[in-house]
Amino acid sequence: MNKREFLKGAIFFFPAAGVLEALNCSAAGNALSASATAGYDPTNHWYGMGVDVDRCIGCNRCVEACKIENNVPEEPFFFRTWIERYQIHADGEVKVECISTKTPEERLAMQNEPLDPSVVRTFFVPKLCNQCAHPPCVQVCPVGATFQTKDGVVLVNEKTCIGCRYCIQACPYGARFLNPTTRTADKCTFCYHRVTQGLLPACVEVCPTEARIFGDLKSKADRLVSFQRDNKIGVLKPDLNTEPKALYANLDGEVR
Amino acid sequence: MKLPEQMKRLGVIVGLFLVVVITRFFLLPESWISARPHQAAKVVREMAKPVHYAGMMTCRQCHQEEFDAKLAGYHRTIGCENCHGPAAAHVANKDDKAATPPKHREREFCLGCHGYLSSRPNGFPQVDGQAHNKGKRCVSCHDPHDPKPDEAPKDCGGCHGLIARTKAVSTHSQLPCTDCHQVPELHTTDPRSHLPTKPETREACARCHDTASTDPAAAKARVDSASHGRTYACWECHYAHLPEGPK
Repeated sequence: MNKREFLKGAIFFFPAAGVLEALNCSAAGNALSASATAGYDPTNHWYGMGVDVDRCIGCNRCVEACKIENNVPEEPFFFRTWIERYQIHADGEVKVECISTKTPEERLAMQNEPLDPSVVRTFFVPKLCNQCAHPPCVQVCPVGATFQTKDGVVLVNEKTCIGCRYCIQACPYGARFLNPTTRTADKCTFCYHRVTQGLLPACVEVCPTEARIFGDLKSKADRLVSFQRDNKIGVLKPDLNTEPKALYANLDGEVR
Repeated sequence: MKLPEQMKRLGVIVGLFLVVVITRFFLLPESWISARPHQAAKVVREMAKPVHYAGMMTCRQCHQEEFDAKLAGYHRTIGCENCHGPAAAHVANKDDKAATPPKHREREFCLGCHGYLSSRPNGFPQVDGQAHNKGKRCVSCHDPHDPKPDEAPKDCGGCHGLIARTKAVSTHSQLPCTDCHQVPELHTTDPRSHLPTKPETREACARCHDTASTDPAAAKARVDSASHGRTYACWECHYAHLPEGPK
């Protein structure tokens, strides 16, 4: 093949390949979306989660359920949701520890710790992706792999994510991690596969004290809307204008 | 007609421009240019992921009796899969013995929630795992679907652990709770509907702490209750369960 023939071929080859790929993509996409998304209109929903700090007993069951439901790596430093224990001392010192990184035996051993009379307040705070209305992680993704769905959930497309970790740095809530199996960014999805079927997220399903309330902020009759009405609500780092959809009731000012 | 040389060159440039525009907007598929089709495909993939936790309304369809018992008791807010683990595989094939949800009978399982921890909310029932019938399985006295105290709790620390423990290291350690609180009989079985009393007047503290009092236990902490602390109630400044304040 000489140069002339090659160039002639290329003129037809590249556009033709493009057309074929486009046809292939749209055919596959249509077939999939027809079967999986039938009867679900994301524009009718705007999901959020309520967390009542005063109800959390720190049992860690939500963390375990999340790991099972979403195949989160077992190692105790990969979390889509986790529980922090705050101990606020009289001199203003704040001790924060993640109880989810402990083994069940270590968590039981916490019960034998002697009482520290200098602690003036102590409580557990469940943490998760805040599913911000204005997510910084989406802004910084260089390849558009992380995005917000029409129902307000921030997802990561593991097929286009290049694992640059920029979103992990950008998240003010530390809610993202690099999945060691896929080598891509991973985070809470509000159990998107469950909520679109009308089920509750796994953490909400197992929470024994109803410290977590899942709901649809677009709905007129919803537990989360009622939760907003009945409680004084705070969000984490409101000064960043991320407009989180994780709404905390009875949130202490020391929680960061 | 012979086109001037400069028009030919311009034609080439315009032609190239048209090729680029046509390729970009009509020939290349959207998935090569925009992230949107990839995101739409991701949403579809995400929705198709398998569910592991079936949800308690699914459990109810076969286990109505346990569900109703739970709904009437203190464990009403707890989903079945909190204790029994993910049950979707069991729902799909109830004869599969390997997928049968476990029944946790070991003591440590219950203590995971009900063992005393200072950070747990006040009023949440907690026991001291070291002292409360050590070595005995919780389920031998308490039905997990309708847990009731086997007998009324003997001391207040059963539910008010942080207060009991704080008081125990304070100068008020020798005072029984009933010195300041009258506890209705039904409070132990129906706590929120029958609340104990709390002191309402300064006289409650002045009994021991007024200069006129002769109680030897409070000898080091006597004030003139008529003038001390303006009109505030005593407990607005002094935490009665740790009156000397945090160390």
